[in-house]
Amino acid sequence: MATAEKVFSAPRQPILRSNAAQKLLAFAALIVIFAVFSFLSPFFATPENIVGILLATAVNGVLALGVTFVIVTAGIDLSVGTVMTLSAVMTGLTVSLAGWPVPLGILIGVLTGSVAGLINGLIISRMRVPPFIATLGMMMVARGLALVLSTLETGTIKPIYFNDVPVFRQLMMGSILSPLLAPVAPDFNLPNAVLILFVAALVAAFVLAKTVLGRYTVAIGSNEEATRLSGVGVAGWKTAVYALGGTFSGLAGVMIASRLNSAQPALGVGYELDAIAAVVIGGTSLSGGQGTILGTIIGAFIISTLTNGLRIMNVPQEWQFVVTGLIVILAVYLDILRRRRM
Amino acid sequence: MGDLLLKMAGIEKSFPGVHALSQAQFELRAGEVHALVGENGAGKSTLMKILSGIYSKDAGSVRYQGKEVEISSPRAAQHLGISMIHQELNLMNHLTLAQNVFVGREPRQPLRFMLDEAKINAQTQALFDSMHLRLDPRTLAAELTVAKQQMVEIAKALSFNSQVLIMDEPTAALTESEIDELFRIIRQLRSKGVGIVYISHRLEELKQISDRITVMRDGHYVDTVDAKAVTIDQIIGMMVGRAIYESSPEVPEQPEQAVVLAVRGLNRGTAIRDVSFVLKKGEILGFAGLMGAGRTEVARAIFGADPIDSGEIFVKGIRTAIQSPRDAVRHGIGYLSEDRKRYGLAVGLSVEANIALASFEQFVGSLGVVDDSKVRSIASRYVDLLSIKTPGIQQLVRNLSGGNQQKVVIGKWLTADTEILIFDEPTRGIDVGAKSEIYRLLNELAHAGKSILMISSELPEILRMSHRIVVMCEGRITGELSAAEATQEKIMRLATQRSGMVAATENSFAAKAEVR
Repeated sequence: MATAEKVFSAPRQPILRSNAAQKLLAFAALIVIFAVFSFLSPFFATPENIVGILLATAVNGVLALGVTFVIVTAGIDLSVGTVMTLSAVMTGLTVSLAGWPVPLGILIGVLTGSVAGLINGLIISRMRVPPFIATLGMMMVARGLALVLSTLETGTIKPIYFNDVPVFRQLMMGSILSPLLAPVAPDFNLPNAVLILFVAALVAAFVLAKTVLGRYTVAIGSNEEATRLSGVGVAGWKTAVYALGGTFSGLAGVMIASRLNSAQPALGVGYELDAIAAVVIGGTSLSGGQGTILGTIIGAFIISTLTNGLRIMNVPQEWQFVVTGLIVILAVYLDILRRRRM
Repeated sequence: MGDLLLKMAGIEKSFPGVHALSQAQFELRAGEVHALVGENGAGKSTLMKILSGIYSKDAGSVRYQGKEVEISSPRAAQHLGISMIHQELNLMNHLTLAQNVFVGREPRQPLRFMLDEAKINAQTQALFDSMHLRLDPRTLAAELTVAKQQMVEIAKALSFNSQVLIMDEPTAALTESEIDELFRIIRQLRSKGVGIVYISHRLEELKQISDRITVMRDGHYVDTVDAKAVTIDQIIGMMVGRAIYESSPEVPEQPEQAVVLAVRGLNRGTAIRDVSFVLKKGEILGFAGLMGAGRTEVARAIFGADPIDSGEIFVKGIRTAIQSPRDAVRHGIGYLSEDRKRYGLAVGLSVEANIALASFEQFVGSLGVVDDSKVRSIASRYVDLLSIKTPGIQQLVRNLSGGNQQKVVIGKWLTADTEILIFDEPTRGIDVGAKSEIYRLLNELAHAGKSILMISSELPEILRMSHRIVVMCEGRITGELSAAEATQEKIMRLATQRSGMVAATENSFAAKAEVR
């Protein structure tokens, strides 16, 4: 048996040691950014501002959750921003104009996202259109549809307000946790939006790590052909991944409508890039096969903390774009450095 | 041997430009090891990919367990109990071994959509134990060597309780003791009544392991013989069928020739370890070794396609810093990749555009405009010279056969006036007839004073073409042989000569890691 032991034992190569490092790095970066802004401005580390940061992260964070799945399969979804808007408009139409019950309107908004994602998935996996092109097309289609639907009421493009249904705004801005938090932190008015983000993140993390869908997401991104040869129906699972991504966009649509108390049909373009940036900063590889939900959430917080901090420092918005862009490039460059070492 | 398990008859398959299978047939009994042999391009893998549902057949019938079956997908094949272990490794690096073994049929708990990680780890452990494989199911696939990944693939196929197990060159990357282990497992399966299809180029293995041997040639069925009653020479005779290769290099050794390329102490991580060699004018230097031995890495490093940690490269005696393919081309080095379509050709462009690709500067006039007539005349000259079979120089390269595509790449580097040509698997994916033409061309190039470094995994090809042979294993050069002294056995011994000290340290470390 001695020979067999020698031959078949696995040499442990510390190849993946630095995977955790990137996540740690991102987290450390978040802490540093936070510390720096706290030092520079007395208005930064206040309860109100922290709530503001959390609130600002919610929508982008939920979008980024869906994008994480897509990117782990080595795909891309450019349509998440405008699909979010379309979902918001659908909720607006059903709840505010048609007067349907709020839960039903929310469901329709979320499902609108699922359907858009499903169509993305079918175009990509059945018609074999590259994800970049398919979702670019969907991005424009959803944008157009959102604008068209917003004209139904008055014949011109205009936002749909939820003023008749005040309960809808409570979805995001209300705080079911406040009574619980009151004894320890009375000033800390944690809006539901943050709760929704964390619940969605937990669900996403569970799906990615513990379910069949998550397993195939990683497998497809790692080696699509090998996955197919293992007897996995790759086309179907890929479709499911895009549908899941769309579902998160739908949820984000409902959230942004609630937060703005209106469905803004012209909104949405550019959101997909923030979401992709969050995913990438969080250490998910664009070449597929690896990525974590925790990383994505950290990435989303890095972006919103930076934006918030720079605004508090009175840095003009134009420069905020520049900084975010440089951070994205830096994050991907670190990822490439890490790969080269392997 | 048991009952007839499988019978394929009259199988036809065509790919664009290639008639891969013509009236191919094959049968398999329960509890037999049936070897399928033939040269590259004979159609063995194609036939087995049809059986395992990867390709669909154009015509013919497959009878399995007494019934006519249509195998439309890999999944359908698995359901029938037919699995194939592919030549190219097919593991997902980002998943653990257990996740790899059970991908596509994970046991789930307690709700239908949830994975049961503990269960697959336990089942995979049991599977590894039955194979005497000392691996932790929770290890990531990326952490294993090529040989170990292959063993995991075999474990994966075994886990299907397959009735038919197809192994495509399973020993290509294994050492002697690993092969013994594999054979032990194969015999164990045979005794359980599994039918095993064994595709291999290593004919000496077939006598050891197989019961019957079926020979294929150029997509046709040749014969099926009893393994005990046939000699290796007879098998080779059936495989080759006609004299297709020159028997030995035509160019005599010319040791007084000048050294055109010298490499000293080349290093990059664990992929290239202290590699030194010289290449002389008019010489074909063969680079032999198993998959993953580091030959392509050395070629790419010399060509400037990958960075190196340390080492010196001398071109015609002058120390040269080659930091990019552009530098390499400027110093007269051309690299013909093993993956022509990805790295060698712009298949969507015409023959003439590809031939001019590496040397466009030659064809640019004073105003920065490409001189089309000059491109055309050079391209036409090489099409004639290399007898590239194409309807015209405007033809898209995509539409040419593999052999002619390879000639276009050669034409490209000749146009660029390269003195040193690195051929990486020059005949991979090229049909048998076109192969001999590539060989003739290589000989002619060497005659004309070009220096050729030829990487090949086909030992007969190395032996027939090379003046000298360098053998690599695990990133190191383990030996050098002259054409006169080289035999398949000697090359294989060098190709599997692992560095003892390194292996021992790694293993003791691994053993410790596994104790916990």
